[in-house]
Amino acid sequence: MTATEPRAPQAASSPNALEAVGIVKSFPGVLANDHVDFDLRPGEIHALLGENGAGKSTLMNVLAGLYRPDEGVVRVDGRAIDFRSPRDAIAAGIGMVHQHFTLVPSQTVAENVLLGLDRPRFWLDLKRTEAEVASVARDVGLKVDPRARIWQLSVGEQQRVEIIKLLIQGAQVLILDEPTAVLAPQEIADLFTTLRSMVATGTSVVFISHKLGEVLSIADRITVMRAGRVTAAGIDPKGVTRADLARLMVGRPVLEQLERTEVEPGRVVLQVDDVHADNDRGVPALRGASLQVRAGEIVGIAAVAGNGQSELAQVITGLRTCTGRVTIEGRDVAARPARESIAAGVAHVPEDRSGVGSAPNLSLVDNLILRAFRRPPLARGPLLDERAARDKARGLREAYAISAPTLDAPVRILSGGNLQRLILAREIDSAPRVLVAVQPTRGLDVGAIEGVHQMLLDLRAKGTGILLISEELEELLALADRILVMYEGRIAASFETPSGVDIDAIGLEMTGGEEAGSGSETVSTDA
Amino acid sequence: MMARLEPRGRPPRWLSPLLTVTAVAVALVIGAIVLALVGGDPVKSYLHIVKAAFGDVGVLSDTLVKATPLILTGLACALAFRMRLWNIGAEGQFLLGAWGASFVILGLGLPEGTPAIILIPAMMLAGALAGAVWGIVPGLLRARLGVNEIITTLMLNYVALAWVQFWVFGPWSEGGFQQTATFPKEAWLPRLTDFGKEIPLFSGLTTHLGMMFALIATAIVWFAVSRTRWGYEMRLIGDNARAARYAGIDIRRYIVVVFAISGALAGLAGMSEVAGSVHRLQDRISPGYGFTAIIIAFLAHLGPWRVVVASILFGALILAGREIQPSGVPAMIQGIILFCLIVADVFTRYRLVIARRAAATT
Repeated sequence: MTATEPRAPQAASSPNALEAVGIVKSFPGVLANDHVDFDLRPGEIHALLGENGAGKSTLMNVLAGLYRPDEGVVRVDGRAIDFRSPRDAIAAGIGMVHQHFTLVPSQTVAENVLLGLDRPRFWLDLKRTEAEVASVARDVGLKVDPRARIWQLSVGEQQRVEIIKLLIQGAQVLILDEPTAVLAPQEIADLFTTLRSMVATGTSVVFISHKLGEVLSIADRITVMRAGRVTAAGIDPKGVTRADLARLMVGRPVLEQLERTEVEPGRVVLQVDDVHADNDRGVPALRGASLQVRAGEIVGIAAVAGNGQSELAQVITGLRTCTGRVTIEGRDVAARPARESIAAGVAHVPEDRSGVGSAPNLSLVDNLILRAFRRPPLARGPLLDERAARDKARGLREAYAISAPTLDAPVRILSGGNLQRLILAREIDSAPRVLVAVQPTRGLDVGAIEGVHQMLLDLRAKGTGILLISEELEELLALADRILVMYEGRIAASFETPSGVDIDAIGLEMTGGEEAGSGSETVSTDA
Repeated sequence: MMARLEPRGRPPRWLSPLLTVTAVAVALVIGAIVLALVGGDPVKSYLHIVKAAFGDVGVLSDTLVKATPLILTGLACALAFRMRLWNIGAEGQFLLGAWGASFVILGLGLPEGTPAIILIPAMMLAGALAGAVWGIVPGLLRARLGVNEIITTLMLNYVALAWVQFWVFGPWSEGGFQQTATFPKEAWLPRLTDFGKEIPLFSGLTTHLGMMFALIATAIVWFAVSRTRWGYEMRLIGDNARAARYAGIDIRRYIVVVFAISGALAGLAGMSEVAGSVHRLQDRISPGYGFTAIIIAFLAHLGPWRVVVASILFGALILAGREIQPSGVPAMIQGIILFCLIVADVFTRYRLVIARRAAATT
């Protein structure tokens, strides 16, 4: 057992803005919250830290009125309250920003804000709401155009709309569920500024995260959860280190000790020559990208979101049409169906695990055989050998420690880390020549990340060429043999690791380098 | 006390069939209340329905005759629905199938006395083909141009009806009536009663070979869906089309192929109806089999064998509709069953939580 840090003293002076006592919530087969206590003082940022599946989101959903606890009490300003719906929670001043936003894409910011209000009994006074949005936004230092339509906004801007919406609804307590997972570094900095100005005016914030650095920099107090229980309640960030927090979160000291064997890169397995492709909106996203990946090599792609890296992965895996040449083991698969990339030996860990990488309502078996079902022993002529399929699934589940109640369970019940393990297991098992891995550890907790990293290195040792697209520079530095920087649809620079790495130089190239074109930030530093 | 819905994690296996049975039971109770309100005697009415549909071998056989086209069109819908292709056009595909089969008799100019061994396979082929064409049209539109198949299949039903009406009023009309002449005996599907001499029990029974088509089709669909790679790919497309594309499956081809097969099954139903039961083409050949099929597919949770069971239930309701007064009762029950099923579906995804209101509230 980990030593439990000193509990928060019983609220002596002013009552807590929000308090949960002895919350128990179970789902079939899982005890998501096991007598959890949590308290939020007025005007503080309280970080809730924990791995995926630790029970953070469950607890917050209880506080926000989405779930009803099996046991336990929720108190707002010292009064016990029984939430029957999120509406009750917002009426009590508690608002939650979920990871998936709840905005209507075709409507404007002001219209979305109105949607959450009871106010217009009949006549819509959009002007008034627009003015209100602008004024609230100004107060907390958020830049938002009240007349912009949601679909025109970036993810970061949409998040601001969610926050403003809740503030206008009268939220005194804001619960932010992994707010930084979708943000670019600059947007994170902006969000933090906003949060600080909000708490200065008396709003309280619950900040859910599993990123240690962020939590240490923003939180006034930290509560850590593991496996449905609190392992540290309301501790002061000044007194702890990242290693302490990691230990509380995972239950064992985390040191990313990756086994990295020396591999002599072999022949070129993936060659991309002068590839052009449009994104979903028909705007050119790849504009003459060229690169090579050799057998037994991890090539990392570093780029700020939206510079063509997602499209690059789709072009290689046959999910997006393009011009130019994409050669896998000498076979040109450019603008050919995905089936041909697969046949040429490409495996793909897609960015969107549940939307692309798996069929949520189908079983573990069905999801694990997605690559293998066309070949014997699973395929017997046109038939699918069910026993062979189960054997394969059972083997992969054991080898890759995918935890799930049964092989027939739908994969939507898996946690993010387990689903990612499932996808990696399946893709690695297909013995690929080339693996395209996009953000393979996004949203995963520390323990799961290490597992994924080791899987990638093991695959490299077997001679697979890996193209690793990641927004985590640390991840690229830890894994890649070479890092290529993408900017505006082209490869802007190449760095050898570990010798030739200069993080500042990579950062500079990611934002357009010295001769940045119009529209991007001007950078005046010399390399 | 108050009740609310909460999402379920993973519903247990027995839940879905239990809910289906409950839904049907609740529908019958609601139907009974309505009957009682309008002054009828629900118990008597229901007993009458049961007697009219299952009372003796004769009516049971008639029920099976009604169930035959329902099984085939029900399979057609269930197959398409598995891929989330909303083929609402089984009715039109059924009519085209009936027309195609009739075309073999009336349009090809085959010599009189052409034996059944040639006529019946030719009618099956023509019926399935015509139905398939009627399915491929919306399939292609959907696959190539992204046209909503609900609209196209629904509209094509009316085109199909107009097409059949044109032929039975015009070129194929028998003496100005809106029906064709009776087909020659060689074009009739064998019925149980045809073997009445050998097996006395069968005499008078109208169940025909179409029932065999339906059962064989059920077996084939079941096998294809549950045991082949093809079925796996369909499952994948049905659950997550993007994942299917990622798995290298050509979704557009599947859409067209599944629409073709779905249309062919409904077309075969039309053929079986003209050749097995009506023995001529009329514009009123279907009392809405293709629409009832939609309800059947959902009632069966898209399972092929369950389609057979549901079809027999609905076949009984159609048959009883002729017997019972007021004659709208079975149609009403059908409607209420569909309604209850849709409600029951909510409970497979959500649980009803009944909780006592806590003392302190907002």
